[in-house]
Amino acid sequence: MKQYYEFKPLNIGRWLIWSLFALALVFAPLVFTSGLSITMLSQMGIAIIACLSYNILLGQGGMLSFGHAVYTGLGSYLAIHALNQVASGSLPLPVVTIPLVGGLAGMGFAALLGYVTTKKSGTTFAMITLGIGELVFAMSLMVPEFFGGEGGINANRVVGKPFLGINFGPPIQVYYLIAAYTFVSVAAMFAFTRTPLGRILNAVRDNPERVEFIGYDTQKVRYLAFITAGFFAGISGGLAALNFEIVTAEVVGAARSGAYLLFTFLGGATFFFGPIIGAILMVLAFILFSEFTAAWLLYLGLIFLFMVMYAPGGVASLIMMNLRVAAFGRLRPLWVSYLALAFCALVAMAGGAAIVEMVYHLQLSSLPGGTVKFMGAALDPRSVDSWFGSAFVMLTGIGLFELARRQFSRQWGEIQEYIEKEIKRREALS
Amino acid sequence: MEFLIISLLNGLSYGLLLFMLSSGLTLIFSMMGVLNFAHASFYMLGAYIGYSTSRLIGFWPAVFIAPLLVGVLGALFERTFLRKVHKYGHVPELLITFGLSYVVVEVVQLVWGRLAVEFRPPELLQGPAFTLVNHAVNGLSVLWGAAPASLCNAADAAVRVVCSPFPATRGFMMLIALVMLLSVWLLLTRSRIGLVIQAALTHPEAVESLGHNVPRVFMLVFGAGTALAGLAGVIGGSTFLTEPSMAATVGSVIFVVVVVGGLGSLSGAFLASLLIGVVQTFAVAFDYSIGSLAAQVGIPLGSAVQGNSLVKMTLSQVAPILPYLLLVLILIFRPKGLLGTREG
Repeated sequence: MKQYYEFKPLNIGRWLIWSLFALALVFAPLVFTSGLSITMLSQMGIAIIACLSYNILLGQGGMLSFGHAVYTGLGSYLAIHALNQVASGSLPLPVVTIPLVGGLAGMGFAALLGYVTTKKSGTTFAMITLGIGELVFAMSLMVPEFFGGEGGINANRVVGKPFLGINFGPPIQVYYLIAAYTFVSVAAMFAFTRTPLGRILNAVRDNPERVEFIGYDTQKVRYLAFITAGFFAGISGGLAALNFEIVTAEVVGAARSGAYLLFTFLGGATFFFGPIIGAILMVLAFILFSEFTAAWLLYLGLIFLFMVMYAPGGVASLIMMNLRVAAFGRLRPLWVSYLALAFCALVAMAGGAAIVEMVYHLQLSSLPGGTVKFMGAALDPRSVDSWFGSAFVMLTGIGLFELARRQFSRQWGEIQEYIEKEIKRREALS
Repeated sequence: MEFLIISLLNGLSYGLLLFMLSSGLTLIFSMMGVLNFAHASFYMLGAYIGYSTSRLIGFWPAVFIAPLLVGVLGALFERTFLRKVHKYGHVPELLITFGLSYVVVEVVQLVWGRLAVEFRPPELLQGPAFTLVNHAVNGLSVLWGAAPASLCNAADAAVRVVCSPFPATRGFMMLIALVMLLSVWLLLTRSRIGLVIQAALTHPEAVESLGHNVPRVFMLVFGAGTALAGLAGVIGGSTFLTEPSMAATVGSVIFVVVVVGGLGSLSGAFLASLLIGVVQTFAVAFDYSIGSLAAQVGIPLGSAVQGNSLVKMTLSQVAPILPYLLLVLILIFRPKGLLGTREG
C-alpha cells in the first residue's frame, strides 16, 4: 500500500531533445539536398543504430566485442534473402518490414552464438568474439548458396504494390524509412537503459561479484543484453540491405567489426549519445576523409591512439566536460587557450601530414616524379626543401602546442578545483 | 607412410611457429594482465625488419638483431603509451594495442610498400633438410639433403618410388622454437629475474618495497614478449611470405591458441598450438567431403543433395575454420581451456 503520492514533473529537457532529434531527422534532407548528402544521411542513420547497439555491449555491459559485424552482416543477408523472396512472390511481406526480418535474424544469431560467447567476460570475451567473427567470415566464402560468394547477393527493393505512392524507388523515400527506424530504435535503446535489465547490466559491468551475491546470474544478464544488441544490430543490417540492394561477404568481416568498435569508442562509450556522434564521424570518415587522402587509415589509427590516451571517454566526454565548465560560467577564460591549442595543433598536423603525404606519394604512387598537391601548395617529394620545410612547420607546431598545452592544463586544473569547491559550497547551503 | 610423417612434421613446425607467437602473448598476458592485440603486428614488424637487416648484414646476424629491435620498439610502446592508460583499466589497455595494430599496418605499407617483399632464407636453408624415400621394394629410408634424381625415378616402371622432401626452413623453425621454449622456461623458473617477474605479477607492492622497479620489470616483460613475436616474424617471414596482410592471417589464430590452451598457461599454449598446427595441416591434405564419404560407405544420395555445396565441401576447404570450431567446442565443453586454471 502506497503511503504517499508521487508527482512526476514533465521532463521538459528530455521532450525538447527528442523533438529536436526528430526534427533533425525530418529536415536534414531538406537542408542537404544533393544526392551525395542523401546517401550519407541514410548511411548515418544505419550507422547510428549499429553503433548504439554496439554500445549496449561496450558502454553499458563492459563487453569489448570484436565481432559485432557478424550480427549486422547476418541481418543484412537474411533481409536481402527475404527481399528476394518477396520479389518472387513466395513471402507475403511489405517492404517496410524487411529491416525487422534483419532484426529477428540478428537476434536469432545472437541467441545462438551468444550462448558460447558470453560464457566468459573480460579479455577472453574479446578474443572469443574475434574468433567467432573470423569463423563466420570464413564460412561466408565457403557457402556460396547463402552468401553469394565473392559477388554477393543482389536484390531489388522496388517490389510489391506502392502504398500511397511510396515504392522505395527514390533514395529519399528510403531515407525516410531509415529515419523512422532510426528514431524508433534510438528511443527503444534509450528505454532499454532504463529497464531493470539495463540497470543490472551496468552493475554487471561495474561489479560482477556483487551482482552474483544479490542473486543474479551475470552470465544470463550478459546473454540477454547480447541478444538485445543483436536485434538492433540486425535492424541496422536490414536497413543497409534495403539501402544498398547488395550484400557482400565483407559486411561480416573483421574490418567492419573493428570500425564499429573504433567509432563507438571515438564518439564516447560512457554516454548514451556518444555512439551517435561516433556513427556520424564514421560515415564522414569513410566517405569524405577517404576521398581526401590515401593515408586516412594511418590518421585514423593515430587519432584513436591519442584519444585512448588523453580522452578515454571519447568526444561525448569532451563535450560534457566543457558543458560542466560552461554551467559554472567559467568557459569564457578558456576560449583563448582553445583557439591557441587548435591553431598550434593545426600547424603541427599540417607539417606532419605533408610529410606523410610525400612518403605515400613516393611509396605508393604509380606515377614517377610529379608533385604532391597539399593544402594549395605543391610539394616536390624529391627536393630537400619540401622535406625540410614540412619538418620545420611540424616541429614548430609541436613546440608551440606544448607551450599552449601547459598553460591550458594549468587553467583547466584551476577551473576544476573551483568547480569542486563550488559544488561543496552549494551542498553545504542546501 | 611417408605422407603421414611429412604432414606430421609440417604440422608440428607450423604449430611451433604458432607457439613462438602465442608464448610471447601468454607471457605478456600472464605477467601484466594486458592482452596485446598488436602482437601479430609485432610479428609482421619482425619479418620486415628482418628482411631489411638481412639485406644489410646478412641473414644470420639479422636473426638476432631484428628481434632485439622489435623488442626495443615494444618496450618503447609500453613506456610511452601503454603505461599511461594503465590507470584507466583493462579495456583502454586493450584498445590502445588495437589502435596500434591499425597504425603498424599503415606504417609498414608506407615504408615497405603494399606488395610482398622477397625475403629469402640463406642458401643453407633453401633446400630440403632430408628426404624420405619410400621404395616399394627396399622400404622406407631417410636421406639427408636432397635426394638424387636417379633414386627417385626407379628404372623399373613396376616399382613405385615416392620421394618426400622436408624443407630445411621448417626444420630450422622447429629448432629455434624448441630452443626458445627451453630458454624461456629456464629463465622464468630457474633465474632470479624470473622469480622477480613472477612475484611482481601477484604481489607488486611487496616486490616494489623490496627495491625492485616494477614498472621497469613490466617494460622488460613487454619488450621480451614482443621480441619473441619478432623472432617468430623473422622465421615465419622467410619461410612463408612477408606481406602487409601477414599480421591479419595469424592474428586471430594465436588468440584461439591462447584461449584453447587456457588463458595464461604457457604449457597449455604449447599443447594448443601443436594441436591446431597438426589439425590444420592434415585437413588441408585431405580431399574428403560428406558426399564422397557417403558414396564410399554406400549411402546413395539424391542429385539435389549431391549438388549442395555443404555436401560437396571437402575437408581441405573447411581447414581455415577448424581452429575456430575448436574454439567453440572448447568453450562449450571445457570453458577454462585445455590446461587453464582460472575460470572467467
